[in-house]
Amino acid sequence: MMRVGKFALIIAGSLAATSFVAAARQPTDRAALRAPTDFADLSQGRERSLALFAEMGKVIQHPRCLNCHPRTDRPTQGDAMTPHSPSVVRGKDGHGAPGLHCDTCHGTTNFDFADGSGSVPGDQHWHLAPAEMAWAGKSQGEICRQLKDPSRNGGKSLAALIEHNAKDGLVGWGWNPGAGREPAPGSQRLFGELTAAWVENGAHCPD
Amino acid sequence: MTEHSEPIVPETTRRQMLAGAGALVFSFLVMPPARAVTSGRARSHPFQPNAFLKIGADSSVTVIVKHVEFGQGAATGLATLIAEELDADWSQLRIEFAHNDDGLYKNLRMGTMAVGGSTSMANSWTQMRTAGATARAVLVAAAAKRWRVPEQSISVSKGRIASGCKSTSFGELVADAAKLPVPTDVPLKAPNRFTLIGTRLPKLDSAAKSDGTAMFTVDVKLPGMVYALVAHPPKFGAVPAGFDGSAAMAIPGVRKVAAVKSGVAVFADSFPTALKARSALQIRWDDSKAETRSTTELFAEAARLADEPGFTVVENGAYPAALPEGAREIEAIYYLPHLAHAPMETLDAVMRARDGKLDVWLGSQFQVKETAAIAGELGIAEKDALLHQCYAGGSFGRRATPGNEFDIEAGQVCRAWGGPEPVKFLWTREDDIRGGFYRPVMVHKLRAAIAADGQIIGWDHRAAGQSIVIGTPLGGGAVKRGFDKMMIEGADEPGYRLNGHRLSIGVLESPIPVNWWRSVGHSHTAYVVEAFLDRLFAASGVDPVAGRLALLEDQRALAVVHRVAEMADWQRPRTAERTLGVAYAKSFGSYVAQIVEVSRGSDGLPRVHKVWAAVDCGIAINPDIIRAQIEGGIGFALGHALYGEITLGQGGEVEQSNFHDYRSLRIGEMPEVDVAIIPSDADPTGIGEPGVPPLAPAVANAWRKLTGEVVERLPFTRSIRSASQA
Amino acid sequence: MTSFTLNGKKTVFAGDPEMPLLWVLRDEFGLTGTKYGCGIAQCGACTVHVNGKSRRSCVTPVGSLTGKEVTTIEGASSPPAKALKTAWADLDVPQCGFCQSGQIMSAAALLTEVGSPTDQDIDNALAGNICRCATYQRIRRAIKLAASRMGHE
Repeated sequence: MMRVGKFALIIAGSLAATSFVAAARQPTDRAALRAPTDFADLSQGRERSLALFAEMGKVIQHPRCLNCHPRTDRPTQGDAMTPHSPSVVRGKDGHGAPGLHCDTCHGTTNFDFADGSGSVPGDQHWHLAPAEMAWAGKSQGEICRQLKDPSRNGGKSLAALIEHNAKDGLVGWGWNPGAGREPAPGSQRLFGELTAAWVENGAHCPD
Repeated sequence: MTEHSEPIVPETTRRQMLAGAGALVFSFLVMPPARAVTSGRARSHPFQPNAFLKIGADSSVTVIVKHVEFGQGAATGLATLIAEELDADWSQLRIEFAHNDDGLYKNLRMGTMAVGGSTSMANSWTQMRTAGATARAVLVAAAAKRWRVPEQSISVSKGRIASGCKSTSFGELVADAAKLPVPTDVPLKAPNRFTLIGTRLPKLDSAAKSDGTAMFTVDVKLPGMVYALVAHPPKFGAVPAGFDGSAAMAIPGVRKVAAVKSGVAVFADSFPTALKARSALQIRWDDSKAETRSTTELFAEAARLADEPGFTVVENGAYPAALPEGAREIEAIYYLPHLAHAPMETLDAVMRARDGKLDVWLGSQFQVKETAAIAGELGIAEKDALLHQCYAGGSFGRRATPGNEFDIEAGQVCRAWGGPEPVKFLWTREDDIRGGFYRPVMVHKLRAAIAADGQIIGWDHRAAGQSIVIGTPLGGGAVKRGFDKMMIEGADEPGYRLNGHRLSIGVLESPIPVNWWRSVGHSHTAYVVEAFLDRLFAASGVDPVAGRLALLEDQRALAVVHRVAEMADWQRPRTAERTLGVAYAKSFGSYVAQIVEVSRGSDGLPRVHKVWAAVDCGIAINPDIIRAQIEGGIGFALGHALYGEITLGQGGEVEQSNFHDYRSLRIGEMPEVDVAIIPSDADPTGIGEPGVPPLAPAVANAWRKLTGEVVERLPFTRSIRSASQA
Repeated sequence: MTSFTLNGKKTVFAGDPEMPLLWVLRDEFGLTGTKYGCGIAQCGACTVHVNGKSRRSCVTPVGSLTGKEVTTIEGASSPPAKALKTAWADLDVPQCGFCQSGQIMSAAALLTEVGSPTDQDIDNALAGNICRCATYQRIRRAIKLAASRMGHE
């Protein structure tokens, strides 16, 4: 990309071994997710792969994703990731409890409040990620290994994982989350490309 | 016979009582004559001896309910009193709501139609019974005439009138009864003859509220009706300085945009369209007189005011200059935030001003005053304004305000519309949460000393916060007296023997409107008195139940504390994970003691498993309704103690807006509640509010015992660190 | 034009498909048993059934209901719904009553799926229904009473 990108690459390279903790959340904007080409300066294979995963981490550990990949049986909500109000539970299959399913409130598309104050997010298939796909509170390394493990990622091969990240509707919602919610950085297309590039470079996980 | 403090009775009843005789006799007061009822109904209800009931040829007994029914059970309660003295069968009873007429329907304690101060039953006790007894007397006279038998030979039971082997229904006598004179002097039953009062009668509104047919104001639909909303300023005390409604008017279905005193009104063909229109308004606000302080600043100001001389309410001996051997002294400062009432049905009104006449549909708490306030804005005389009373979806005090501000606003909205079409005006939930009329913000400073023998030897209490009535049309009494009693009721006479008791209050002035949130002053005074007292006991090793028993003087107070301790098995040690806490408060004439069982929840907050409550509210008209009010009062109190606060940020704008950030108790958080009602012969006292005050301090007391943490600022989420990180 | 079934009857709404179902029900069709409490799916007062499952009508664009079955409190007549309405009145559950239509609809959705709900089931199913009067203890008892009357424990 540009001068800024090159500078950032140097930083990324020197921090490649560090796993970013999902702590302080900086305001992100759509330009804040780099493309695979921005990592061309890193050597192929492990070094580049780790840097690419760290970049994917900006999406994976964004509230849009973490809120529905909870460690417990209850999702969190909002940019501040506060307990979901009302206090809903996962239920048997991640679609909520009898009498209060996810789709009791969440429709197939985002629903904007008439006064512009916010929205109820929606998607064709609104539900919680299964417990074995919990990400909240985990390190990038733990998440990475989980993502690669067919016994914990819904039986996906790496190719299927790329497809999921690039094309899945609910994943895609993260970039079109409705009023009152900060979108995940970049775009689903970029996220898919980063995933592909990460896999291409060996799908390495940080420690 | 238990000793009890003298009940407040209307002046005429007191004269009757003094006049003697075993049965209460009735005098001139009250029975508003039948002519006050509109004749249109006469055909189906031929017998209408007074303004409170009518009996049809089908034997139905329709009670005209003078109080709003907003969940407290007043409609059923009033009907019970009538049915009792009438000797009707409960299945005959129906209810209708009274229209606006103080001459017929005023609250006898308040001088106007009103529900407030938990007085619905207390003020109606004699009046409704007399209404029923009067009707019974006429039916008996009619039967006596028809059967040519002496009246003394006639008995009435479960809606049947009988003499010897003759028997008939009410319905068969109503035509005759309508022609007979209505006596003004009828005996009432002695309590030992009650067959309905004191029993669990099913409520008359439960079925309609369980199948969607109960009609609330917001459900009223009339031909040609327009929907109105008002855009309110973000800061209290700000006024509109100009607006541009063109974007709003461009939206299809938007009919009009107009200024009112409280903001800018939009009128549209539907509620969603009105919402869109309101969001499209461009309004300039004049903030020059607005409240711009934050809650933090308001608390600081109130804390400062508490130390100024202010108004002295109690001065009962001096605080000891030096403490005797073995005495303990503690000090505390408590911060109680603004609270929203947030009834489930937001404020609303339907109005139709046409040909110089006004029809109003409202779930009105102050029926005459509110209707008059609306009519006043329209230049319509009170006599030309008719209220069609509806059920109200909760109030907790919100639906009545000292200055009838909502009604004035509604009247202005109707006037701004300017047409003969009905106008449905409502507040959104955001309007409700942000619209003020909160429980006042209060700061309480206490310093007290307890002697080695458990006697309180000094109790210095300085409170400061907002007054509810000073500066309003109801403020006269407060100004005369020098202070607003509603600010500190419960702290002035907590019922304990307090030596060296001093209480002073300072008034924090602010444009933020405040109101009588369920249990009013008791909502915060009971918290500080009971939590502080408990700490005083702890400091000197006194058991909280025994300590209270040693200091209470009223037998009825002692009885409820004894009873609740028994219910909860207070003496039995609990596990380390669960503790008990106790609190007592007398409010609105009723005595309530509560014990709670608490553990630390997974969110770090108190988890209340169970609440035991012992209640003495005089004669228990309907024990199940009493239990329901205590259960509800406990749940209401708990949700607010745990989560409830309205906070103003920097610059004075309310930070909350809806139920996602004005958090309400949910079913999973509701404790199990066990209520015991102490049998009593005293006239009935209030029950809508008295369940609220003891709950929060009981929880605070249990929490302190469990964790050592003292909660001096409510809500609990504010004070408990681990909870705020959840 | 949105065509759907409303309380068993084929119904057409010719207005804005973006209008929330809540207002269509209340103001167009006069079915006022379903209530407005918050408008943002936080309180549950607006709960109806869509194809038998609970839905908050305040955040449901009417256009999304094409071809679906909508049931309101007025039309709820399944065995669980009937048992609940009766139990609600028998136990004098309602105080102000404004939330109760929503409570019953959520409870009916629960009982349709779970014949003998535990306390936890009830907590989970009705977590979205606020009662400011705090009638929760009786709501719980009424659900259990209805369940037991329907032949379960």
